[in-house]
Amino acid sequence: MEYTEIMVRYGELSTKGKNRRTFIDRLCGNAKKALHDFPELNFHPKRDRLHIVLNGADSQAVMTRLGLVFGIQSFSPSIRLERDMDLVRKTAVQMMTEQFRPGLTFKVNTRRSDHNFEMDTNEINADLGDTLLTALPELVVQVHNPEVTLRVEVRLDGIYLSSETILGAGGLPVGTAGRGMLMLSGGIDSPVAGYLAMKRGVDLQMVHFFSPPYTSEKALAKAKELTAKIAPYAGSLQFIEVPFTKIQEEIKNKVPEGYLMTVQRRMMLRITDRIRAMRRGLAIFNGESLGQVASQTMESMVAINDVTTTPILRPVLSLDKNEIIKIAKDIDTFDLSVMPFEDCCTIFAPPALKTRPNLDRTRHYETLIDVDGLIEAAIAGIQVSEIKPGEHYLVQDQAEINSLL
Amino acid sequence: MIYFDNSATTAAAPEVLATYQKVSEDFWGNPSSLHALGNKADGLLQASRQQIADLMQVQPEEIYFTSGGTEGDNWVIKGTAIAKRQFGKHLITTAIEHPAVKNSMAQLEQLGFDVTYLPVNRQGMIDPADLKAALRSDTILVSIMGVNNEIGSIQPLAEAAQILADYPNVHFHVDAVQSIGKGLMDLLKLPRIDFLSFSAHKFHGPRGMGFLYAKKGRQLAPLLTGGGQEHDWRSGTENLPAIAGMAKALRLVLADESAKVARQQAIKTKIYNHLQEKPKVTIFSGNDAHFAPHILCFGIAGVRGETVVHAFEAHDIYISTTSACSSKTGEISGTLAAMHVPDKVATSAVRISLDENNTLAEADTFIKAFDQIYQRFEIINS
Repeated sequence: MEYTEIMVRYGELSTKGKNRRTFIDRLCGNAKKALHDFPELNFHPKRDRLHIVLNGADSQAVMTRLGLVFGIQSFSPSIRLERDMDLVRKTAVQMMTEQFRPGLTFKVNTRRSDHNFEMDTNEINADLGDTLLTALPELVVQVHNPEVTLRVEVRLDGIYLSSETILGAGGLPVGTAGRGMLMLSGGIDSPVAGYLAMKRGVDLQMVHFFSPPYTSEKALAKAKELTAKIAPYAGSLQFIEVPFTKIQEEIKNKVPEGYLMTVQRRMMLRITDRIRAMRRGLAIFNGESLGQVASQTMESMVAINDVTTTPILRPVLSLDKNEIIKIAKDIDTFDLSVMPFEDCCTIFAPPALKTRPNLDRTRHYETLIDVDGLIEAAIAGIQVSEIKPGEHYLVQDQAEINSLL
Repeated sequence: MIYFDNSATTAAAPEVLATYQKVSEDFWGNPSSLHALGNKADGLLQASRQQIADLMQVQPEEIYFTSGGTEGDNWVIKGTAIAKRQFGKHLITTAIEHPAVKNSMAQLEQLGFDVTYLPVNRQGMIDPADLKAALRSDTILVSIMGVNNEIGSIQPLAEAAQILADYPNVHFHVDAVQSIGKGLMDLLKLPRIDFLSFSAHKFHGPRGMGFLYAKKGRQLAPLLTGGGQEHDWRSGTENLPAIAGMAKALRLVLADESAKVARQQAIKTKIYNHLQEKPKVTIFSGNDAHFAPHILCFGIAGVRGETVVHAFEAHDIYISTTSACSSKTGEISGTLAAMHVPDKVATSAVRISLDENNTLAEADTFIKAFDQIYQRFEIINS
């Protein structure tokens, strides 16, 4: 079937009163970004639907991309026809024949935005129902829960037919909830947390700490590759790398073993908060899940959270590991996350660390290092890059490899 | 020059050689090394594996690199025998397998394993009923070739798979060396098949390279133990130039496969129809859907195969006596013997085997040369 447009239904934003325009504009912009390499498309954002005119583009490829855009409840590939009922009948039969099997249940659902059309909604429903049953007698009409709904929309510029409704990614358009920083390690949890934050409309930027030569270039490449994996949901993502070697060496040198992790996390949080302020973010996201590891007890959160009043949002806080892994597999970050490279969290992990660190002692041990000086130096050394969907970092020679194979 | 001996080996494709050379020059790091040169080589290794997996529509972790068809066959047979010996010591194969299978089985027999060789009919095909009858509670492996290398008969793998559906623990191996790029992918994709062995030089890839498909979850003991490459299943530093070359060769051979198959079938049909009119010619291959499109085995009564090969060579046309492996030892074809072709007739057998680079014009030249040779030998043949 040669479709002429994709009709996109908005998700939750349909219920948001005054902000509606902003939401629709943002969704349309995000969809354009996700489809930037299809220049032939035309976007028509309307109050209740977004119509994407294909102008010959491959509908399947366009829909695959749209499936990743948050804020879309569902979409349907449709065909625009001249306002000629004979043509509509013929195309409807053709459309149903493609999906036909004996006993398939269906109904016809007509909407008219042009109320001056020669037939009214019920007449069109009945007319097309009859036509289809005559052409394919083994179809069964089912009004309440049909397997296929043939949708007919009568508009001024033509009649639109569609029979497939594909579920979108749901959520809210990325950017409508404001900006946040994600503390991205190379593990399983933080990319999932990032995905969930973006699903609720957050304009997310990645903050990654790396400690060469203790962590390898591969660990940094892995974090970038993970970012590329979740970039499709946002179009592209800012990746901010923070040099952390000096700070880790200093802490290792001066702070008692049991408090290494806590002090290190406080430094990371302080730096992330500084970057957030510089980039006008509103909140910080991380991949902490309650009680999973020693640094994620509530006592630990108290001791770490102590350095800022900025909201620290933890999208996977209440998920079990298995639930997180399931999402990681769904968004295809799992295989990458489990690749065994040392990251900055594991490199100086002491044999015995405090699972219930004491806040006063934490504060005291921190006085042993030059907190402000170290932070200034780290901030001065940050590097920012933009990461796009489909980019590869772990294998640098992708283009060369492709040419060889 | 007309090369009609593609089942013996194929000419490496120029694109494959270019890859081979480039990889040897620029990707010579050991994929197991931690440094950047190793990473670069590892990237290519995994990309090659992924490409082969994609082309075969399987998972990358189901592809193992080997040194060729012989290793793949040896590995599945002996590796199964070792891994599953506590479950039974009975193996089933056919009477017309390639020596890599046949002699692996013979070696196991010497070690106390019991092997059933399924007979074939006059078309060179096993009867699935024989397989069903041969299966026992202690059967651990069934190994059946996809396409016979001497006469091109396609074995009834779908029927075998159906029978083996009732024996989920039995390993099902298919020697697919002659089956790739011949329009038989649907057969090779049968979900019941556990192992498939392939050889790169049969599809314009480098020599000394092959791959094994091993279905996830199936156990196979390694034959080569060492540094733990290939998930510890097949140790040895990876032959990366050949691996990348094979990945490329597989992509090239499978591109436009149906058009290429149709071309080979047209050449085979043309020669087949011509040979059929000659009263002194016996054709051992069929020309229908039960036979591969690229192999045609026949003999001129009373003339030894070897003589015919050399007669064609004088016309700059290269064919072979049945399989290249046994041709030098002068033994008669194992497949024809299993088909109960009398020795006197079997010694006359020659095989032409085609690939996608052969043309109908070559078929015409071949036919002209054949007529001369046929006439030449009428003297001793009347």
